[in-house]
Amino acid sequence: MATKENTKNNRQNRKRNRLIFRTSILIVLFGALLFAIVSNLTADEAIVQVGDKAPDFQLKQVAADENNSIRLSDLEGKGVMLNFWGTWCEPCKDEMPYMEKLYPKYKEQGVEIVAVSLDNTELVIENFADQYNLTFPLLHDKNSQVLDAYGVKPLPTTYFIDENGMVVERVLGGLTLEKLDGYLQQIVPS
Amino acid sequence: MAKITCNNCGFDNTKGTTICVKCGNPLDNDKQGKLLNMRYDGSAIRSKTRNRSIIDKIWRFFSSVKVGVTLIAITLVASAIGTIYPQEMYIPSTVDPSEHYRDQYGLAGQIYYQLGFHNLYSSWWYMVLIALIGISIFIVSIDRGVPLYKALKYQSIKRHPNFLKRQKLYGSYKNYTDQDKKKLLENIKKQKYKLTGKNGHYLAEKGRFSRWGAYVNHLGLIIFLAGTLLRFIPFMYVDDFIWVREGETKVIPSTEQEYFVKNEKFIFETYGESEEDARFQETLQNTNEAVPKLFQTNAVIYQNEAKGVTGAEPELKEVDRGEIIVNEPLKIDGLSLYQDSYQLNEFQSMSFTLHEAEDEDEEAIAEFTVDLTDPENLYEFDDGYEVELSYYFPDFALEDGEPVSKTNYPRNPGFAFTVHGPDIKEPEVSFLAIGQNIDASGENQYKLSLADFDVRNVSGLKVRKDLTLPVVGLGAFIFMIGVIQGMYWQHRRIWIHQGDNELHIACHTNKNWFGLTNEFEKIIKGTNFAMVKDQEEK
Repeated sequence: MATKENTKNNRQNRKRNRLIFRTSILIVLFGALLFAIVSNLTADEAIVQVGDKAPDFQLKQVAADENNSIRLSDLEGKGVMLNFWGTWCEPCKDEMPYMEKLYPKYKEQGVEIVAVSLDNTELVIENFADQYNLTFPLLHDKNSQVLDAYGVKPLPTTYFIDENGMVVERVLGGLTLEKLDGYLQQIVPS
Repeated sequence: MAKITCNNCGFDNTKGTTICVKCGNPLDNDKQGKLLNMRYDGSAIRSKTRNRSIIDKIWRFFSSVKVGVTLIAITLVASAIGTIYPQEMYIPSTVDPSEHYRDQYGLAGQIYYQLGFHNLYSSWWYMVLIALIGISIFIVSIDRGVPLYKALKYQSIKRHPNFLKRQKLYGSYKNYTDQDKKKLLENIKKQKYKLTGKNGHYLAEKGRFSRWGAYVNHLGLIIFLAGTLLRFIPFMYVDDFIWVREGETKVIPSTEQEYFVKNEKFIFETYGESEEDARFQETLQNTNEAVPKLFQTNAVIYQNEAKGVTGAEPELKEVDRGEIIVNEPLKIDGLSLYQDSYQLNEFQSMSFTLHEAEDEDEEAIAEFTVDLTDPENLYEFDDGYEVELSYYFPDFALEDGEPVSKTNYPRNPGFAFTVHGPDIKEPEVSFLAIGQNIDASGENQYKLSLADFDVRNVSGLKVRKDLTLPVVGLGAFIFMIGVIQGMYWQHRRIWIHQGDNELHIACHTNKNWFGLTNEFEKIIKGTNFAMVKDQEEK
């Protein structure tokens, strides 16, 4: 009688062990599969993504009265729209007037617009600022260091950063006036 | 749980078993007289035992060789289709892929694009297929390898005569002496079999490890696949690219702005330039094109010692310098910089002279050079003349009548100059570009002319790091070991069953039956035993 009970227990133990064994192997294998797919889908994306803390940087301002440097961390407490652009880039040019149009309104509400140019020469940025009458700060990332730190690939790429320095939204490509207005609304400090 | 009770010894075998684990009696009574199926030595494949929970069902799905082969077939077909038209990375980067495939290849191209075949090898569904094959291989190996291992490890020496009778090579002998049997066993040992005996029954075995070949090679494949997965870990794999112009210092991607590279000089040589190439003269005359001989970047690598914030002026300390030639990269911190591309003769600076418009000799009143990498706003001269660079377009083009720059690089520079001078009332505007010199008002007193220019080369460097290669290599190596193990050795067994008045002998091998029969002929040499019969031959 006792032996029968034992074999039954043994069998149940074996069954349970096998279930645990199979489950853990399947979890590991499908975990690897999931990892591969997720990594693949996010492979081309920039390093800095929504929800991340925006990496600090400091760049020289151009086309300004005083040639100051601007440091991102100094803008903490304000919402920051960080725009990567170049004078040769068509969609960048298109959205500049929208930014200029909304800048005064949002500056009052505590939002700063910072446009980081990847042009090789300061002169073309100055030309551009004159031509478009831009009043928000234009920064020159001459060595592409900030571009590299953010891992930005296409231009324009725009980050909307809240008052705590967290990335709220990231937009690849050009923006319309309505969309820009909506995104800026999101980063108005509360 | 269903059991199969052996009608010979009464042992309860697991469902799915075809040969009694204890006495070796065949359990498939309905197939009497036919040869035994020796796959997995008659043991029950694990997944076929029971399927109750969802886990067991998933397990069973993947353990099916049919499923595995189907997955491989689908992947092969998809891979083949992916080669019909070029992949997205090989079409010109300036065109929109959605239009390119339709325009170039018509409807088929459109379908090709929309089904994602233009980016097949990195598409999610292709990766899922590969991963499912990996899972299938893994589970199949466990499912079959473990029972086979156990069956062989605990195999009994004495097998039921029915088991021997149903082997491919079988013989039964009545007229033999003890001398013959002794000699037979000696011969078996001479053939390097491992011989075990019990009560006059014998089992001779060799090359069992060749049975693990398939599993070793599966293990290699899985390591190989895992190695390719590691590519997604940034620390393991980097594949980047930078353009560096002569004299320029650029941050090396994927180093978190720690390392910079400077291009001191890019050298492009073709055959026929130096004297030692004289021996190639004849060949060179037969080709109309220049034959490149050397692509080389003289590079310096710097480390940024400024611990400050990104974008602040870097403090560069030289850490390495060298010549980057194709296949001879410069290495820094695990990264290799390879010579990959080049652009020759990009404008670096342009010199202009200012002279009177009417002056046919163009005698210079002033000369100045515009550094295209960092142009100044104003060029001032001694006698009160000033040239203001009002607008600069590095890559000039007209778009809807508007002057624009098509790119960031000085490939086709355009300039709008404003000239001021003591004898000039209204500042005069001139527009200059390659092959163009336009007087804005048509009444300019002074004219600017291009006097000279400098060019420089651009070197394209590939930034590579691949720590996955050793893993992938290890996988491939283990795979090969598995192949060799299974190919060049065979698992051979000879059973000798001492019956009441006869001796049964049966032989089995997992492959190369010819080799086994040859071997058996050697084994019976010098004895009265006749050759075993091949029961498959009719």
